[in-house]
Amino acid sequence: MSVDEKTVKRIAHLARIAVTDAEVPHLQSEINAILAFVETLEKVDVEGIEPMTSVVPMAMKKRQDGVTDGGIADAIVANAPLSEDHYFMVPKVVE
Amino acid sequence: MTELTSLTLAEARDGLRGRRFSALEITDAHIAAIEKARALNAFIAETPDVARQMAKASDERLAAGQGGPLEGVPLGIKDLFCTKGTQTTAGSRILKGFVPHYESTVTSQLWRDGAVMLGKLNLDEFAMGSSNETSAYGPVKSPWRRPGSNADLVPGGSSGGSAAAVAARLCLGATATDTGGSIRQPAAFTGTVGIKPTYGRCSRWGVVAFASSLDQAGPIARTVQDAAIMLRSMAGHDPKDTTSADIAVPDFEAAVSRGVKGLKIGIPKEYRVEGMPAEIERLWAEGAAWLRDAGAEIVEVSLPNTHYALPAYYIVAPAEASSNLARYDGVRYGLRVPGKDIVEMYEKTRAEGFGKEVKRRIMIGTYVLSAGYYDAYYVRAQKIRTLIRRDFEAVYAQGVDAILTPATPSAAFGLAEMATASPVEMYLNDVFTVTVNMAGLPGISVPAGTDASGLPLGLQLIGRPFDEETLFAAAGAIEKAAGRAELPAAWWA
Repeated sequence: MSVDEKTVKRIAHLARIAVTDAEVPHLQSEINAILAFVETLEKVDVEGIEPMTSVVPMAMKKRQDGVTDGGIADAIVANAPLSEDHYFMVPKVVE
Repeated sequence: MTELTSLTLAEARDGLRGRRFSALEITDAHIAAIEKARALNAFIAETPDVARQMAKASDERLAAGQGGPLEGVPLGIKDLFCTKGTQTTAGSRILKGFVPHYESTVTSQLWRDGAVMLGKLNLDEFAMGSSNETSAYGPVKSPWRRPGSNADLVPGGSSGGSAAAVAARLCLGATATDTGGSIRQPAAFTGTVGIKPTYGRCSRWGVVAFASSLDQAGPIARTVQDAAIMLRSMAGHDPKDTTSADIAVPDFEAAVSRGVKGLKIGIPKEYRVEGMPAEIERLWAEGAAWLRDAGAEIVEVSLPNTHYALPAYYIVAPAEASSNLARYDGVRYGLRVPGKDIVEMYEKTRAEGFGKEVKRRIMIGTYVLSAGYYDAYYVRAQKIRTLIRRDFEAVYAQGVDAILTPATPSAAFGLAEMATASPVEMYLNDVFTVTVNMAGLPGISVPAGTDASGLPLGLQLIGRPFDEETLFAAAGAIEKAAGRAELPAAWWA
């Protein structure tokens, strides 16, 4: 499988990465080189094989559904590029 | 007295306990070495003030006859581990200036045990790379050079700063992380020892995530014993990481001198890849002979799906990365580039904040997870991962205790030498190491000799899940037979 320029732009948008028209051909050829590299996987017979979902077989750990942390709003917004009254500030999203 | 920076971690620990020198003395010796080694660019941030403060506290504890297993031992920390109050960048522009308000579990355990932090070590951006050339803070130069040449070499990656700093005697040991080979490949390139423990052995909490089902922390050190000492402090169950294993941490150091008598060591025929340099093949055979001489039984084994590990990795790792790195959006931390609306702000922030390799992997990951391709790529790759793990399980079921392979397909290459290569060529560096991450197994890289030009080469041992002890024992036997790697003279100072 390979991707065309339109698909590269669509992926970039899905990934929320701005790309210029000038960058597209180079990205396209690199992505296609990687897709060509992984093409060999199509040859593997995976009929009836379960996909790996847990690296080391272990039961999912559970804990009591209780509050274990909190009251640290200052610390949480400390690295925010823009915040006010413990809120993260973003451009207007609702008209 | 030997220079304090030339001691092994074990020697330093014993010297500190015996009060032959103080934590402040050995810390100052390392701070001075780091200042003289800035040409290597191994550190993104030096923290001499923090180091001296921690060393003084260690000296007080040592004077009181207290002190933990690493009391007063100066270490470097890969800049992927969040350190409270000290900038953590992941080698990326997007996290420039990010100062965590919390400490990763692994580093908190090192400090609990008395270690001293010298600074934050350079790495490939978000640990994505095999040469430390993708760092937004510039490449790291290896302390190694070919004899008679002053051409700069790469230290490997992604833990390039860790490996370079340990080899250059700027710290006694360093934390590192390994998603596809990022501990073992730089260790092999720099004549140091690096172990990626079993998935779940070390907590991932507070370590900047790359690919969550593959990432694992581990140490890089100058001897097998030193790596064992560090791993004991780094490992252990952590309720904050649900994938962290609730299994007791053994005394790894005790396993180092255990020997290999009676062990069955497998040699996987599929690792004899096409075009493998004769010197790698020779090194591998020599390693097997050393283990046989030390009393191990050497058997040929088969891991038939090896060939598919690297391509499957380049689906799984980017897929997980694209999801993990979605959090860098200019809202909660890191860089923010304004836009006319929120989507433009996201897109501009990420375009400016991420480097080329990271963008490429996010885009590949986004593609293989997108509607219509998820089954064909991602689910198929995860099924192949099951096959890879079964290969190993079958070999271990035959009574094999550990598997011996080369660590890398070649010695270190030159800085910028791969600049025009395709990304796939760079990925081939991980061909021997990546299977281990895919199967969640432990793997250690130990120096075993040099190539024709005098550069270090490493061998890899792969173990059963949670049996790092056998790896330390076998790596200890190889180290004993090969002799410790002669580290390069300080041309940079």
